[in-house]
Formats: sequence, structure tokens, C-alpha cells
Amino acid sequence: MSNPIKDDPNLKREVIMDHYEYPRNHHLHQSDRYIEAHMASDSCIDDIHVQALIENGIIKDVAFDGVACTISTASTSIMSELVKGKTIEQAKEIIRNYYAMIDQKDYDENMLEEAVVFDTVGKQANRIKCATIGWHGLEKLIEESEKKDE
Amino acid sequence: MMDIEKIRKDFPMLQSDIIYLDNGATTFKPQAVIETMDSYYRQYTANAHRGDYKLALHVDQAYENVRNIVAEFINCDKDEVVFTSGATEGLNMIAQGYCRRHLHKGDVIISTYAEHASNILPYYRLKEEIGVEIVYVPFDKDGRITVDNFRSVMNEKVKFIAINCVSNVLGYINPIKEICAIAHQYGALVAVDGAQSVPHIKTDVKELDCDFLAFSAHKLCGPTGVGVLYGKKKLLEETEPLLLGGGSNARFNSCGEVLLKDVPYKFEAGTQPIGEVIAMGEAICYLMNIGMDNITNYEHQLRDHLIGSLKQLNNLNLYNPNTDTGIVTFNVKGIFAQDVASYLGNKNICLRSGNHCAKILVDFLHTPATLRCSLYFYNTMEEIDKLVKELQDITIEKCIDVIL
Repeated sequence: MSNPIKDDPNLKREVIMDHYEYPRNHHLHQSDRYIEAHMASDSCIDDIHVQALIENGIIKDVAFDGVACTISTASTSIMSELVKGKTIEQAKEIIRNYYAMIDQKDYDENMLEEAVVFDTVGKQANRIKCATIGWHGLEKLIEESEKKDE
Repeated sequence: MMDIEKIRKDFPMLQSDIIYLDNGATTFKPQAVIETMDSYYRQYTANAHRGDYKLALHVDQAYENVRNIVAEFINCDKDEVVFTSGATEGLNMIAQGYCRRHLHKGDVIISTYAEHASNILPYYRLKEEIGVEIVYVPFDKDGRITVDNFRSVMNEKVKFIAINCVSNVLGYINPIKEICAIAHQYGALVAVDGAQSVPHIKTDVKELDCDFLAFSAHKLCGPTGVGVLYGKKKLLEETEPLLLGGGSNARFNSCGEVLLKDVPYKFEAGTQPIGEVIAMGEAICYLMNIGMDNITNYEHQLRDHLIGSLKQLNNLNLYNPNTDTGIVTFNVKGIFAQDVASYLGNKNICLRSGNHCAKILVDFLHTPATLRCSLYFYNTMEEIDKLVKELQDITIEKCIDVIL
């Protein structure tokens, strides 16, 4: 079964607009339990902080805030919903599939749910960074939490 | 009157439907500049200042002649012209080669909130290294540096002023001549970042009486990787070269004694970008042939048309409607700058989104990012109309559609 969002530009636009205008998990937490990554690109303006609450191998919460364009806000918002409640292994699999999609390689479109709205972002090479900045942030946080547990 | 159609034919990059409005970042090159650089590589390659053969002599003459061209262009003596890799290197040479040697702990350097990184970061470093203080000239309500505001921060402790002639974000021309006069009354020196001014307005270092001036070739239709540092002869003599090597020394021996060459050669260690320097000379000649006053006047016409048209749109925030140059900074209300720039880019209209390297300015404009349109003499009224039309019709949905 294919992902119905993928081939419907109107739906894709709506999803992106919705996550841009009403970004989910768009607030930073003051708690020590959260780990945080500052993602600032030197070549574009995006400058965001991504937080994660990872306990017992589960991503219990993801949050973000900062200065960001439509694409980076929406992609980070969608990511935060997608990985919340997942195990680290599941999240890694989602991230791997997301990057594969961005790189125009084979990927599991159902696993990515709403994130398939960015399947053609590579059309504008300069926007790939926007579509992945929050995801790279999460990746860093997962690495950090794994190091802690070692 | 300039014949724009004829001028545009000189530029290979303009032989497509691209609308290039990012001239503050870099500029297109006329065929003559490209051919000049090409001919060094094809017809008379040799090192400068070295050879006894005809070919090398030809290179020497062409290379050194560029000093005469620059001297005429900015009204200085030819031995006050140092070739650099660009404005960034020139500005770093001033901070590290002059200030580091002559300023002391507690001395004050005056600068502004509208400096490009390359004219402020070298002074941050000095602050760390030798403990100088940096004081900023307050802006007026429009973000301008006024003579009065400059005077308000001037005192005996101030030894050096590092300031742009034209701000790369707001496009205002700073009152350099007045600032130099006041600074000199206190015995302070003035270094001018001319990166955004020299390509667009007539620059006369004697009239300004500035002590140093740096600019890049690539922003005035020349090649990348080359530029000029001007300094008053006596000050250049007191400036230490950042690099030592071949071509910059006259004699040295194994006891460690080094006799540096005279100014400007002591700064040009190692083989210089010879073809680029010669092509920079060609670019400056190209501008002088058109006439700097003609260039400025035409840019003002373009700017007036752009500002007038942008003011008609009610979906914009315009940050510098009173800009003195072709640098116009704005945002589309409710759409992030990069989304707009990306949309326009898709329509073949090139302009810049970002904080334009003057990161401190964000505190003044109160926006994390802006769009910057920077004009040059080869732009046209029609190009501006096309930009304005796109801005008029832009929506966030259209910006998203670019990636769908």
C-alpha cells in the first residue's frame, strides 16, 4: 500500500502549511532531563535548538524552537511527532529512511507518514539543508544519549 | 548617458534571462576582463619581479602598471597600492599588521554595528590579544552613522577607527571625510572598508584623507581572489607584513637578519595571483571608461525606481527606503526571507537572503533575516519591474510549491 500524501501536491502543501503555521512541540523545556542540540547552519539562516527526552531507550519527547524557514520548521515539526514514543532503534530506522528519500533512493514511504511531503525537496538543492536540519539535530541527540549509556 | 544595452553585451553572464540582483556579494565580469586574465595564461605566463627574459619583463610591466591604474582610480601614489587577496585580507592586515603593533591595552577602537564580519572580527581578536576596547557609534533612528553621533564617542583614548564607507545591509554612505577630520584632531587613524563603496561611487583617498582603505576586485567586475589595500606611505612603512617569503625581502642571511623590501613589495610575499591582478586593472579601466559618476547616477535612477515600486506594495517591510546606494533591504510580511529568495531563485531572479554577514545588525532591524537586493550599472528598469511583479504576487503556498 502506498502513502496517499505522496502523489497529491495539494495535500502536501496543506501538510507543510499546517506544520509551519502550527508547529508541534515548538517550545523548549527547562528540565535537566532533556538533552539539547544547537543546529546553526553557516550557509543559511536557520538557527534552531532541538531537545529530546530519551529514557530507557525510548524517545519520550522531542521539542524545538528558533529561527527557521517554512521547510525547516515543518520538517522538524513532522519529525518530532513521528519519533515521539518510538524506541531509539525505530527512530534510527525512520531517520535512515528519511535521508534515503531525500537522496532519491529506495525507502519505506509508509514508515515516514507525513514526512513524505518532502520527497521532492531535492529539486531545490539549497533546501535539502532546511529539510534535514532538525533531523540532524535528533540524530546528534540520539548519539549523545547512546554515549551516556555506554 | 550610458548605453545599457551596449554595456550588457559586454557581459557573457548577461546573455541569458537571469536577473542578477546580488551585486553586493559579487559581480559579473565583462568579456575584456576575462580575456585579459586568459591572455596571461595563454600568451605570456611568467613570474613577476624575477626574470631577465622578455616574457618576464612583459609580465612585470603589466603587473606593475595595475598599481598606476589603481592609483589613478582612488587618487593615491602607486607605491601606496598593496595587492591583496581581497578586502578581507586587507582589513586583517590593518588590524594585525598595524594595530597590533601600535595599539596598547586600554586603547579604544571605534567601530559600528553595521560592519561586515571582516572589519569587526579582526578587532575582536585584538581585544583578546592585547586588551583594546571596542566602542560602537550609536545609530540614529534610521540606522545611520551621523557626524554628531561619531563625535559623541570620540575622545583622547580613541586611537583607531574601523568603519565601512557603505554598509552592506543598509546601503548608507558614512560621512568618512568628516570622521577622518575629527579623528585626526585627536591623533587617531581611520581605516575604511571600501568593499561596498569603491565599486559604486568615486573614491578619492586624498579628499577623504582616510589612513587605510581596503576593497575587493570581484565586487567591481574583476576576478575573485584579489584586491587592494591602500595605506598612507608612512603608515604602510609602519605596518608589519602578515606573510614573509620570496618577493618580500631584499636580502637575508643565515644569521637571521632580514632586510625587507620597500612598501608595497614587502607585503607581497610569494607568487601573487598575477593574471588576476592584471585583470583587476582591466576591470578598473572598464569602470573608469564608463565613468564612476555615470555609474552612481544610473544606480540612483534604478534605486529610485525600485524603492518607488516597492513602496506601492503593501505586503513588504522596507528597512532602508532612504538608502544612499543600490542596496535595498526588505522582507515580505509573513514569509521567511529564505523562502522568498528560494522562490525568486526558481524564477531566475537572484537576490540574497540572510543576515549578510553583519550579524550584529539583527538587534537593530529586529528581524532574524532579510532580503537584500543590490544593484549594479548593468541592471535595468525592466529587471526591477519583473522582481516587483513577483513580489506582488508571492504567497507562502507558492514558495512551498517550489519543492513539490
